[in-house]
Amino acid sequence: MTRSSKIFKFVLKRLLQGIPIILAIVIINFFLLNLADGDAVDVLAGEAGSATPEYMAELRAKFGLDQPLPVQLMVYLKNVVMLDLGYSFRHDMPVSELIVDRFWPTALLMVSTIILAVGFGILLGLLAAMRLNTWKDAVITVFALITYATPLFWVGLMMIVVFSLNLGWFPTSGMENVAAFYEGWDRVKDIAVHLVLPTITLSLFYLALYTRMMRASMLEQYGQDYVITARAKGLTERRITFVHVLRNALLPVVTMAGVQVGALIGGSVIVESVFAWPGLGMLAFESLFARDLNLLLGIFLLSSALVIVVNLIVDIIYSLLDPRIEVS
Amino acid sequence: MRDFWNRYKRNRSAVFGLVVIFLVILMAATADLLYAFDPFRLAGKPLSSPGTNGFLLGSDSLGRDVAAGIVHGAKTSLLIGLVATLVAVFIGILFGALAGYYGGQIDNILMRVTEVFQTIPSFIFAILLVAILKPSIYSVVIAISVVSWPGVARLVRGEFLSLKNREFVQACHTLGMSDLRIMLREILPNCLSPIIVIGSLMIATAILIESGLSFLGLGDPNIMSWGFQIGAGRTMLRSAWWVCTFPGVAILITVLAINLVGEGLNDALNPRLRERN
Repeated sequence: MTRSSKIFKFVLKRLLQGIPIILAIVIINFFLLNLADGDAVDVLAGEAGSATPEYMAELRAKFGLDQPLPVQLMVYLKNVVMLDLGYSFRHDMPVSELIVDRFWPTALLMVSTIILAVGFGILLGLLAAMRLNTWKDAVITVFALITYATPLFWVGLMMIVVFSLNLGWFPTSGMENVAAFYEGWDRVKDIAVHLVLPTITLSLFYLALYTRMMRASMLEQYGQDYVITARAKGLTERRITFVHVLRNALLPVVTMAGVQVGALIGGSVIVESVFAWPGLGMLAFESLFARDLNLLLGIFLLSSALVIVVNLIVDIIYSLLDPRIEVS
Repeated sequence: MRDFWNRYKRNRSAVFGLVVIFLVILMAATADLLYAFDPFRLAGKPLSSPGTNGFLLGSDSLGRDVAAGIVHGAKTSLLIGLVATLVAVFIGILFGALAGYYGGQIDNILMRVTEVFQTIPSFIFAILLVAILKPSIYSVVIAISVVSWPGVARLVRGEFLSLKNREFVQACHTLGMSDLRIMLREILPNCLSPIIVIGSLMIATAILIESGLSFLGLGDPNIMSWGFQIGAGRTMLRSAWWVCTFPGVAILITVLAINLVGEGLNDALNPRLRERN
């Protein structure tokens, strides 16, 4: 069997493994929805101002809310499969449409954070490992300890105080200057300027973590037998580092990055609400205040699915980096 | 015990962390003496900067004393961190012990459940739980423990797996001890050290989650907490930086100290694991 078809089978298998997890999360979702005070009809009646008990019963029958729980669960499952996540009465829009609208800003924030954290983390870790130096080492360790203990929202607020309010380098909030009606490259530049502070805030901790991991992992690989073999063959140190050691040292960092996607999504709720970044996190924050549970549950479901998908992607990258790892 | 303290002492930063935690606990315990009034009370002129109008760390937009809030908030953070961790460790031990000890189908099912809870993005799940259960100190504790237990379950399962076939456990079987007794009295005491280490680090995480929840307005509305102070002060960031800054420093120092102690405990309790980091 060729390698590509092997990878294809592996992806398919992993997708199938993800299904029970998604199913379990949907069921948790359903029970949480039922645990909450009041149902959609109560919300509707509340919105309308007045509703007779007869009318409410009629509405319940219409939405299937008078059915026994297992039946309701099946209906809910069917709806989720059809990508129907319910209706947000607050926004007067289907939840799925709202979520798709707000997905891209979050994706932009996450991707830039991952690039910054993983990219720079690998680079700094590489430098730290190549030039073994105790004080640099100590700086990285202390930096990691401090970022690990700092609440994200506080970092964001302090960034705003220093870089927006005092220095005036970056805007305090939002994704773009809507009033300026920028187009083309001007708009891209505008968004990029708005992106700087949220990205740095969200990535600081991971940057420290990956730098530390990358350094440890490089040092571990340098001690392996294959490095001695490579030296004996007469390869240059440069080639040993960049072709042989680097590739192996990347593995743990990539795994870790995959594990932390869930935490990153949680972090984006905080960062987005600090910087008023109009993504899913901000939407979740708004739906909290509006008590818009359908919407909150939809965001929750999507972010769980995202974690599963990213883990799959990480597994694929992993198998490409290290052919020894069996994909089948 | 002496031996343990000698090993712990070798890690200077861990001793420092212990001193800091001791001070924070002292601050929390004497909160009602230091600031013998409700921290929500209007205590003076709003938006006084630190050191003016009798405010050590300034006051917020409603004239609440920031320092009083920090002192009273210490109680909340420590209490929630500790209780939520205890509950999470309890659930984790329950799942991990049953899965590791019995193995087979029970292990399979319990680990599948753990996997689901590990996949769910924990902070969003915590938000959701508090939002649905209504914000209160109980729902915050429940939410934090529900999202924190899977790590403990995996750890305990691993320990039980490796211990259950040891000779001393087989000897217990031969003596006719019940499974429950073997699990609780024989195996569990042997895996306490890693549980203590992971538990101490979880307190730090729990305090961070609690501060995040109360920052978003999901804390108990009747209890002062650091996250709430920062959340309430964020709109005043331009004119009153101190309202947000000092409670954040309090969180940073406390969590840092707990992490240092956790690392120190790790070094002292598991000398063989020292090389890991």
